[in-house]
Amino acid sequence: MAETVLTNPGQSPARLEGWRGIAADWASDQRAFKNVSWGKAMMWIFLLSDTFIFSCFLLSYMTARMSTTVPWPNPSEVFALNIAGKHIPLILIAIMTFILISSSGTMAMAVNFGYRRDRVRTAILMLVTAAFGATFVGMQAFEWTKLIMEGVRPWGNPWGAPQFGASFFMITGFHGTHVTIGVIFLIAIARKVFRGDFDVERRGFFTSRKGYYEIVEITGLYWHFVDLVWVFIFAFFYLW
Amino acid sequence: MVDIPYEGIRGIPPAEVPDVELYHPRSWWTRYVFSQDAKVIAIQYSLTATAIGLVALVLSWLMRLQLGFPGTFSFIDANQYLQFITMHGMIMVIYLLTALFLGGFGNYLIPLMVGARDMVFPYVNMLSYWVYLLAVLVLASTFFVPGGPTGAGWTLYPPQAILSGTPGQDWGIILMMASLILFIIGFTMGGLNYVVTVLQARTRGMTLMRLPLTVWGIFTATVMALLAFPALFVASVMLLLDRLLGTSFFMPSLVEMGTLSKYGGGSPLLFQHLFWFFGHPEVYIVALPAFGIVSDLISTHARKNIFGYRMMVWAIVAIGALSFIVWAHHMYVSGMFPQFGYFFATTTLIIAIPTAIKVYNWVLTLWRGDIHLTVPMLFALGFIITFVNGGLTGLFLGNVVVDVPLSDTMFVVAHFHMVMGVAPIMVVLGAIYHWYPKVTGRMLNNALGKFHFWVTFLGAYLIFFPMHYLGLLGVPRRYFELGDATFIPSSAHSLNAFISVVALTVGFSQMVFLFNLAWSFFKGEASGGNPWRATTLEWQTPETPPGHGNWGKELPVVYRWAYDYSVPGAAEDFIPQNQPPRATQLAQGAAS
Repeated sequence: MAETVLTNPGQSPARLEGWRGIAADWASDQRAFKNVSWGKAMMWIFLLSDTFIFSCFLLSYMTARMSTTVPWPNPSEVFALNIAGKHIPLILIAIMTFILISSSGTMAMAVNFGYRRDRVRTAILMLVTAAFGATFVGMQAFEWTKLIMEGVRPWGNPWGAPQFGASFFMITGFHGTHVTIGVIFLIAIARKVFRGDFDVERRGFFTSRKGYYEIVEITGLYWHFVDLVWVFIFAFFYLW
Repeated sequence: MVDIPYEGIRGIPPAEVPDVELYHPRSWWTRYVFSQDAKVIAIQYSLTATAIGLVALVLSWLMRLQLGFPGTFSFIDANQYLQFITMHGMIMVIYLLTALFLGGFGNYLIPLMVGARDMVFPYVNMLSYWVYLLAVLVLASTFFVPGGPTGAGWTLYPPQAILSGTPGQDWGIILMMASLILFIIGFTMGGLNYVVTVLQARTRGMTLMRLPLTVWGIFTATVMALLAFPALFVASVMLLLDRLLGTSFFMPSLVEMGTLSKYGGGSPLLFQHLFWFFGHPEVYIVALPAFGIVSDLISTHARKNIFGYRMMVWAIVAIGALSFIVWAHHMYVSGMFPQFGYFFATTTLIIAIPTAIKVYNWVLTLWRGDIHLTVPMLFALGFIITFVNGGLTGLFLGNVVVDVPLSDTMFVVAHFHMVMGVAPIMVVLGAIYHWYPKVTGRMLNNALGKFHFWVTFLGAYLIFFPMHYLGLLGVPRRYFELGDATFIPSSAHSLNAFISVVALTVGFSQMVFLFNLAWSFFKGEASGGNPWRATTLEWQTPETPPGHGNWGKELPVVYRWAYDYSVPGAAEDFIPQNQPPRATQLAQGAAS
């Protein structure tokens, strides 16, 4: 993305503020978002599109839940665990949420160290983020296994509306796929950072484009988005 | 208007972005097959879309044979008929028109028209095509699987789409869903490229308000597609799960073939909402690029600046935005809460305002223009007429009380074929005649082109205009045969036979066009770089066809809007967008 990095920040030294600034940028030539590279713009627009996908999933689930005539299983009970003889509702989900949100913290730190060109710390923090993500997916696999053992299937469950299992597996599955893809990306980019690809502007294997530390931030955008989506899934599926 | 030649004197801002380093192909494979050049990808998209479109054309012939002469052709049975209508609709709307306008014209024209060397991420762009090709192959494979393609109608409404009794229940519906999911993934990769290229990779001097309307149309349609296709994606995934895993997202409990089915508690209406949240914007995803392209064709071939450029841009944006809040006008008879119809009828009729602005501006562009009746211009005029016709019947169908008796009749078929079938195809054909010289360096044959236009235009009218009448009689759509219904007079049957004869004639006349494409590629008259004497950047490339990287050493600099035709006092009747003001003044001096 060499050519997309801003080298000459705008033609006029005094940039307008607020809405006038936005209007001036959109009325100008070459680029509408003056300090945004191609890669970052593309990621933001992709995330907008992905937001619509998750919104449609969640709205469909809410429609099913509101219109069903049989009782909806109580999530607090379904997702409770017995730990050391105590019955704790939603404990696994709470830990998963905590882990995923912590991973956003390590990701933000990785972006910071990336822009300081601290290869080792950036790579380590990205790998820590990936490890948090992998833990999340692992706990999700545990949760799936537990529910399947208890008889939850996409087409039915012992406690009520069959749409419970269907929505649960579909939405958490789709989100888990996003996390898994994110983990793979994080590991791949961490490898590039550690190897120093972004210091020597080594070209990508597939794209033959030069790499820059901004890629860490773009990966971070995706990762924060996946975390944010989880907050909504958590609120609408587990807390409702 | 905004950009008179002298405005550029203020000076052009310095380049904000260093010039792009392109991927340079080293072998035949990376140059022509796995190419990252948007122009090659555009041609790949266009050829694939045309090939699958021809399949859909043949399906329409088979349907017309059955409708015109029921009982004559023993090789068409009722199940096959349903499969034909389904695949015809799905292919034409998504795999032909969407792919051709955005993947074909978008890829070719966006980088050239905004003055870029290529799309911003050529590798992703290449992947987009290959995933699209895979989607097309999966779709085509349904013709060969046991049970054949799905016969659920292109809207794929559950519960009937996945129940036994509907053709293609075994494999067809599954592969259709898989193909749609692939198409959306592929399109997203391309669409992100188109949007970012327009927003962030324009050349110096190219402001958004100097973009040719073609780019505005394709850009807005792409943004809409990125927001509308997610709903289809979700609907496809959920329908696939209903079919494969036995979930009940869309399936209520019902009796199937005499036994209670395994489903229960789902909402078929939810599918319709999701489908039409995609489906209505889809109409404009097909129409907006056509609006944009036809504006440029009319302006160029009438040698006159487009009337009301700013209003044309805002009308495109307004139509795009409004199209997201009209979807339930497809669902007046679906059983949804009836008062919703109130809201959706109102928003639907509001869309008529920006659309009418566009039609008036096209006509006012023609008004006292120096109209050259070239083949692209003929198709552009054909578009205006068919589009106005289809748009007016849209006002009928947008009103709840008028729509209810007309629902599921041939009137609906006539309406949408006129407005989003014939009209955009007119633009596609006109655009091919217009840009073929840039793509190949040769002109298409003019005589064959005019023959092609008149047969297609008059034929399309003869096919679809009588269908309105059939619809008003109450002839239902999607029926294999009409039987002896008393409300259908025998004249309707004769009319059906007439329509079929014309449809087959028009269909076969497209072979003339295909022959013209192939013949002119080798034997056509050399066109030179700018045969239409057009202003936009793609006609100003140093080479024709444009080389890799489009622009030689230096990127062009834009000094004016795209519509400086017949400027008073100028030496030529067109001033290219990249001609500096000083050169214009000198030319003016020489002329005076």
